Amino acid sequence: MNYLFLATSVVWVLIAGYVVILGKRQKKLQKEIFQLEEWNSEQ
Amino acid sequence: MKEVSSLIDRILFYALVPSFFILLYLIFIWSPVEKVMGVTQKIFYFHVGSAWVAFLAFFVVGYYSVRNLIKPNMKHFIFAGASAEIGVLFTTITLITGMIWGRASWNTWWSWEPRLVTTLILWFIYVAYLFIRKMDGSWEKIAKLSSVFGIIGCLNVPIVFMAIRWWNSKLHPIVFGEGKGQSGGGIEPEMLITLLFSVFTISLLYVFLMRKGAEIERMRVIVRNQKNKLMNKLAS
Repeated sequence: MNYLFLATSVVWVLIAGYVVILGKRQKKLQKEIFQLEEWNSEQ
Repeated sequence: MKEVSSLIDRILFYALVPSFFILLYLIFIWSPVEKVMGVTQKIFYFHVGSAWVAFLAFFVVGYYSVRNLIKPNMKHFIFAGASAEIGVLFTTITLITGMIWGRASWNTWWSWEPRLVTTLILWFIYVAYLFIRKMDGSWEKIAKLSSVFGIIGCLNVPIVFMAIRWWNSKLHPIVFGEGKGQSGGGIEPEMLITLLFSVFTISLLYVFLMRKGAEIERMRVIVRNQKNKLMNKLAS
């Protein structure tokens, strides 16, 4: 039972961790794009 | 176009959530407990499902790598990168769940047997592939160089699958089909349904993550272009 619990936890932690990393990356890039577009539009 | 894409993402998300709950029900409640290994055998559903998606992801990398090697294309480069990352994630899950299962059934975390070694090599190839993609330089050159690794890794996938069939592995059992010195005994119908549903759900997750990953890669391209534009503006 302990091994099953351990394996299930590992699966969920890794998948959830990856989804969180993707979300953070997306947020950071969105911010960067917004900033760069603003600088580029300035005369 | 953006609305359609966001709608597909939403549909995928709303399909994924109930699928995961159904999968957990099938694994922990519905599928029978194996007589020899007991409940530990249920790791099998995560382990095989993840391995299947890792293989699928690497075939996708292989396909786009071949196309990139013939003629570099940004779209193909983006899809290959997003798929490779997911492939590494699911190979990691396969390796770790395999180790836990090995500890429970073989009394050891690791054994240098063909399936495990070839899987580890596959993992290293795609980690190297991801590092190559991070290199500085023109994306066409990086696309060509990384494609070589993408194709080598893809060629390794059938070797990983056939490893226990080609070399007599006493530890890693064959579940389906025939192998050298052993033949697969198959599994109970309930176990097979659970396994198929696990493969389906994790494949759905792959599509969802692939779309997210590709979107992020596309945003990186926009950032690079905007930076170049800014540099040109500052220089002039």
